[in-house]
Amino acid sequence: MTTAADLAPVTGPRFFPRARAKFTGTMSYVGELSQLGWTVLQMIFRGPYERDLVIAQFESIGVRSLSIVAITSLFIGMVLALQTAYSLAEFGGKLFIGKVVSLSLVRELAPVLMSLMVGGRVGAGMTAEIGTMKVTEQIDALRALATNPIRKLVFPRVFSTTVMFPLLTIISCFVGIMGGLVVATGNLHLDASFYLRSVIETVAFNDLASGVMKTLFFGFAIGLIACFNGLRTTGGADGVGRATTMTVVSGAITVLIMDFFLTKLFLLIG
Amino acid sequence: MTDTITPERRAEERPTPDRRRHMRDVFVEFVDVHKAYGSKLVLRGVNLKVYRGEVLVILGGSGTGKSVTLRHMLGLEAPDEGRVLVEDEDITDLPEEELYRVRKKFGMLFQSGALFDSMNVFENVAFPLREHTEMSEEEIERAVRERLELVNLPNTEQLMPVDLSGGMRKRVGLARSIVLDPKMILYDEPTTGLDPITAQKINELIIDLQSKLNVTSVVVTHDIQSAFSVGDRIAFLDRGVFEWIGTMEEARNSDHPVLRDFLRSSMVTAAQPG
Repeated sequence: MTTAADLAPVTGPRFFPRARAKFTGTMSYVGELSQLGWTVLQMIFRGPYERDLVIAQFESIGVRSLSIVAITSLFIGMVLALQTAYSLAEFGGKLFIGKVVSLSLVRELAPVLMSLMVGGRVGAGMTAEIGTMKVTEQIDALRALATNPIRKLVFPRVFSTTVMFPLLTIISCFVGIMGGLVVATGNLHLDASFYLRSVIETVAFNDLASGVMKTLFFGFAIGLIACFNGLRTTGGADGVGRATTMTVVSGAITVLIMDFFLTKLFLLIG
Repeated sequence: MTDTITPERRAEERPTPDRRRHMRDVFVEFVDVHKAYGSKLVLRGVNLKVYRGEVLVILGGSGTGKSVTLRHMLGLEAPDEGRVLVEDEDITDLPEEELYRVRKKFGMLFQSGALFDSMNVFENVAFPLREHTEMSEEEIERAVRERLELVNLPNTEQLMPVDLSGGMRKRVGLARSIVLDPKMILYDEPTTGLDPITAQKINELIIDLQSKLNVTSVVVTHDIQSAFSVGDRIAFLDRGVFEWIGTMEEARNSDHPVLRDFLRSSMVTAAQPG
């Protein structure tokens, strides 16, 4: 028989133990993640690299993300051009389209949006793959066969995201600016050479460097989080699903938080 | 390979004098090993010796810590307390990189086979050779073919794990675990989830490999028939401790209450139709 005591909320006095357990769990997660990050960093600097595995990941992470990067960037560039023309119409906004589109894309939008899009695609895939290997004992099999799963699975993936994200960002910037050009010439009847000259005069090396450099960190973080969540997956298909969701969410949040601090840092450095 | 295994046949297939000579030479030793996962105590002071050349069967119900014991043998898990020794070397506190050297002495057959999904049968079996030897492709091909014939799976090199049945996956897993010629083979529930005929084939394969490769084996199972088919000794694990250790004959005649209950209930379950 159900009593009033059964229906009483379980919060209250148990709040603090639960909060403490949550805090301990989070600290342990961050600690283990940092440990894995340090191990991978050491591998990046010390080598040796397994060329075939790294090339396969370059292809999987870089080449296969080209279409998603191109489509996203093209439309962002086009929308930016339209919005700039509309919102700055009374100030003669059409003339600033090249400046606004290129600077916004290069400094902020291309690095962040590309990292969110590609991070979601690549991160979810990596967590699902490694997580499935974990729950089907394939990671244990690797260890039992005297093979280091970090060297075999984690290192090639994290290294590839770290290298590929900046390259994809450069492509994203280029395609986005071309998207702006399409709208500027097609819809707003601007001269293509005027638009391109405005882009070239606006974007300095520092702008491009700060945008691209940020994605070096984003790539490392997303690769690391994805592999780490995969390695700590438990509980079958359900566990793989949960780990994959966690990668997408925590990857996106990490990118946005890192973006703020890295932007501040690069502004300070100049 | 489908004949019933009789004690006479086993004696014929396995050179007992060789086994007896090594019988007192300890290969793996557990000294008061404790292991807990969170608040759940799994091993509560395990003491065990595995002698060179024998087939030790670790018997026990589900969740009693059999697989955890096996994982401690090759350092996939570290004990919270106690020591694990392999060929007199204490591996308890060895770092992961050092453990790789120790693990090369072992071959392990996982419960599901644990084949690498992205590789075909050939690549799975060749994997340890490519990782740890300088063999040429021709030598690797020859070694893989030999091991696949040994587990009765010739001409399956190009199949993917997804195309294999449960029994075939285990046999490929076995071929992969023996390709580096280990000194000891660990079998985690080798017959679980298999039909009786396939399970019998796996049992025969274990005996066959034992005689051909002259290795030490530890078989974790809750399958009584499998245990009595392949084992020299039984170690009965219950609630995290080895309640009883002895030969198969001693197990049959034992009056240990928990072991007797376990053997009797397992026999009844096995005899029930459907």
